[in-house]
Amino acid sequence: MKTKFATEIPMRKIVHLIVALALIASMFPGPIAAQQGSGVTVIQNGTILTVTKGTIQKGSILIRDGKIAEVGTNVKVPAGATVIDATGMYVTPGLIDCHSHIAIEGSVNEGSIAVSSMVAVADVIDPDNVDIYRELAGGTTASNVLHGSANPIGGLNAVIKHRWGKDAKGLLFEGAPPGIKFALGENPKRSNFTPQPGQQRRYPNTRMGVMDVIRQAFIDAREYKKSWDAYNKRVAAGEKNAIPPRKDLKLEPLVEILEGKRYVHSHGYRGDEMRQLLLLAEEFGFRVRTLQHVLEGYKIAKEMAKHGVGGSTFSDWWSYKNEAYDAIPYNAAIMTKYGVVVSINSDSAEEARHLNQEAAKTMKYGGMTETEALKMVTINPAIQLGIEKHVGSIEVGKDADLVIWNKHPLSIYAVAQTSIIDGTVYFDRKKDMERRAELEKEKKALMDKEKAAAPARQGPPGKAPGAGGAPDERQRPPQVGQAFQPVQSSGEVQ
Amino acid sequence: MLPRSARSSFSGVIAAVLIAVLAVGTVSVPDARAQAKGAAPPYFAIKGARIVTVSGAVIENGTVVVANGLITAVGANATIPPEAWVIDGKGLTVYPGLIDAMSDVGLPAAPAGPAGAPGGGGPAVALQQAAQQAAARPSQGPEDRPGTTPWRNAADELQPTERRVETWRNAGFTTVLAAPKTGIFPGQGAVINLAGERPGDMVVKTPATLHITLQQPGGFFGFPGSLFGVIAYIKQVFLDAAQARAADEIYTANPKGTERPDYDRTTRVLNAALRANRPVLFPATTAAQILRALELNEQLKTNMVIYHAQRAYESGVAAAIAAKKIPVLVSVKWPEKEANADPEAEELLSTLRFRDKAPSTPAALDRAGVRFAFYSDGIANPKDIIKNTKKAIDAGLKADAALRALTLGAAEILGVADRTGSIETGKIANLVVTTGDIFSDRTQVKYVFVDGRKFDVKEPPPPPLPAGGLGAVRMTGRWSFTVIAPDGPQPASADLTQAADGTLSGSVSTQYGNSTITKGSVTGNRFTFTFLLDLGQGPSDIIFSGTIEGNTVKGSVSALGQDFEFTGTKPGSGQSEAEEVRQ
Repeated sequence: MKTKFATEIPMRKIVHLIVALALIASMFPGPIAAQQGSGVTVIQNGTILTVTKGTIQKGSILIRDGKIAEVGTNVKVPAGATVIDATGMYVTPGLIDCHSHIAIEGSVNEGSIAVSSMVAVADVIDPDNVDIYRELAGGTTASNVLHGSANPIGGLNAVIKHRWGKDAKGLLFEGAPPGIKFALGENPKRSNFTPQPGQQRRYPNTRMGVMDVIRQAFIDAREYKKSWDAYNKRVAAGEKNAIPPRKDLKLEPLVEILEGKRYVHSHGYRGDEMRQLLLLAEEFGFRVRTLQHVLEGYKIAKEMAKHGVGGSTFSDWWSYKNEAYDAIPYNAAIMTKYGVVVSINSDSAEEARHLNQEAAKTMKYGGMTETEALKMVTINPAIQLGIEKHVGSIEVGKDADLVIWNKHPLSIYAVAQTSIIDGTVYFDRKKDMERRAELEKEKKALMDKEKAAAPARQGPPGKAPGAGGAPDERQRPPQVGQAFQPVQSSGEVQ
Repeated sequence: MLPRSARSSFSGVIAAVLIAVLAVGTVSVPDARAQAKGAAPPYFAIKGARIVTVSGAVIENGTVVVANGLITAVGANATIPPEAWVIDGKGLTVYPGLIDAMSDVGLPAAPAGPAGAPGGGGPAVALQQAAQQAAARPSQGPEDRPGTTPWRNAADELQPTERRVETWRNAGFTTVLAAPKTGIFPGQGAVINLAGERPGDMVVKTPATLHITLQQPGGFFGFPGSLFGVIAYIKQVFLDAAQARAADEIYTANPKGTERPDYDRTTRVLNAALRANRPVLFPATTAAQILRALELNEQLKTNMVIYHAQRAYESGVAAAIAAKKIPVLVSVKWPEKEANADPEAEELLSTLRFRDKAPSTPAALDRAGVRFAFYSDGIANPKDIIKNTKKAIDAGLKADAALRALTLGAAEILGVADRTGSIETGKIANLVVTTGDIFSDRTQVKYVFVDGRKFDVKEPPPPPLPAGGLGAVRMTGRWSFTVIAPDGPQPASADLTQAADGTLSGSVSTQYGNSTITKGSVTGNRFTFTFLLDLGQGPSDIIFSGTIEGNTVKGSVSALGQDFEFTGTKPGSGQSEAEEVRQ
């Protein structure tokens, strides 16, 4: 039920997921100790795909205090600098996923109500979620973590950097403008949702209703703003008996949207209703920042460009529900040609591990250039999230969020070797491989320890298994219904 | 506050005299109240015992004098009043009464239901009621105040005859924080002593605490139906409380010409609790949850106490808690592998680490200088609280720190250290007298004093044999069940404990989730137990009933108005037979 709203997962993705899980095994890699966090690092001799400033052959990047200090073919290595040899490798900016639901503790939807702008992803970031690390291993260094799509107006987003090993606060992308999730179409109108017997259906049930809910919410937000303005005026006039209005966590973010201080990232499929949302925004005097999924974006690309809304779409993924039938793989290219800033997103913890391949598909479908394709997972999502001053390309002064690939990243054979955020190595394939043995060893030791302690839990204390007992007497006999797997306690407190 | 026994001594004087006359010779100077209750006399002296005061040094050979419910003298040379009943303390150790820092001991099964319903299962029943309410009319937002009853006070719902009042006391617990559990703001807790004829006799302090949980009473259909929804709700309620406070002040100062603020019971109670700086209990387990709670409290600005906290051993967490000077109630219900887990099933390293490291949490907190106490968290057998505390000692906690956490440390966090928690003159006579070190599994509890009332504890000699064939314990153990459902056999398992009176308790694992038995009993060769489970249509009662024959059972399961047959075995039983042979 949760995933239905959060993400659309066709079978092939599930197969991907299973294969990938099997590859990475069920281990929990754990954070790799940060490597010379704020020191000086030089990445040498690589092919540097800057995205915004062309390609540099045999180039080097000097990183100082987490920022890119120099880029070029004549970078001198300062004394004491850490050198990463990238001979024969490719360096790109860290990939950015404009639509993610990873690292959320609990449900990704507050699905009980149609307007849930009081809930915030930042409140429930789970820094131990292994997806953060697995995506890092695929070159993704930043993600737009969104509320699900159950509601016309969903919750507040959190843009994170994949600083695996840091606490929740340490993952947040400093300076990223705040955003919010909206959703149109089948999910918020719940046409694919069966209520419990005796349960009232939640309003809205139609696309008209979705627009009504959004419009009404902004009308309420305007009224709310007025009540505060009136109160502040009374206080400013020296009135002592003015009672402050209630601070409403639901309406505050909507006021921020009206004031242009919060980005709207709206899930949508059909061209007509996405266009409606743009018109509604214009009616209330704000701009929608991105249309998410936007599978029919090619039908309204001109209008999108005019409004100034970005499009964040899938490469080639459709027909998983009615409103996804009119999609074409040329969507990203067509929107781009009309001047829309386009990104390719994942909406999936699996797909976010190979955004480079997803981007590459736009070369096949629509004839994008290498740079145009790379932009869709680097600078373009950065622009859509308002973080392009910090990340998204390899330029002096930007955050040193970099990925080193063994092959050209738009090749199907490319595998990320090293992922760097703020100049710190957060993923290193070689070290990861070494660490696996360590973790296996730790795991075995813990299992052995438990096994050794098990007899004490079963029998009376102080009784060792008898000398004549079979060697396996220490283990419990097979249980009825071995296939039965008990629900693992999550260790959460309710 | 006056001690229980002293408080009503005037009103009971006449009765006391009568009884004294009737009971000539038994006691020199009887206390009215204690005598009226038919209990022991009001003056005691435990002489020549090892006294672990907790607040001060251990007295190797000393005397504790108890009079009218209070400790009146402690020391190597304390004077024993002539009227005191002298207990020879040779070979005995006296500790302050233990404190279970959060529990529902003393609270009846159905808090809002008909009075007099005995037995455990209160929270489960209440949860069911909450679920029914939620189904009736889903909450549409914070304004509906879902799962919010902060005005409920445990002190108003106490039931002195609740079964666990006695079992907890017999294990050495004289005091618990009784706390309502159901809802996001379930209510306020009361510190109670575990003895009394009437609920009012038991209360030590009320309201003592304000409780918050992260339950989602609405499910997917009512607000809040997610963790971030609950957190948003909690923030909103505190904002509303601040607004109500401001509005009330303005209105009270000048009602004429001022808009009259609405009455809201929730914010009214919350503001009273905040004004009194009452501890606000907030749950958190993992490092992320604990840090989140600390940060949330920067907004809420409460006298927060974090509870559960079993992953506070993780790097940097204890230090972060210490930096905010926030106390912690650690759940001693340490994580365990599921009773009937598939031994071949792969487990995550993080799960294994958690099971291994959880008992080291108290040591980590202690090293960081965090004030902490322990609570039972649903443990069925109170002896296990002490046993599990021992595991924390084995994982590095100093024994005296562990004892402090079970006594004075808990009293400090709960705001009752001025009256209980240590053996000091003037404090409430809550004592536990044992045959040795409280953390040794060979130690037996001899006497427990609650408010100066003496209770003899008849403990069976150390660990009896879990012989499979003995009638009294034949349901105790791990059971595997196979339920014949329409779509094929389904396994389930239960970890059962059969009490001497035939009461059955424990936990159940099924493929739909795990649950705790709310009601269960064994009579003759018949047994029945009930637990609450969500089979996809909201929580409902599942009832197992059947007959026992040796190590097998059979019977029927009643669920959602349908009955299915089941069979069951006790797989561990083969082993205990082998043990018997060896004996």
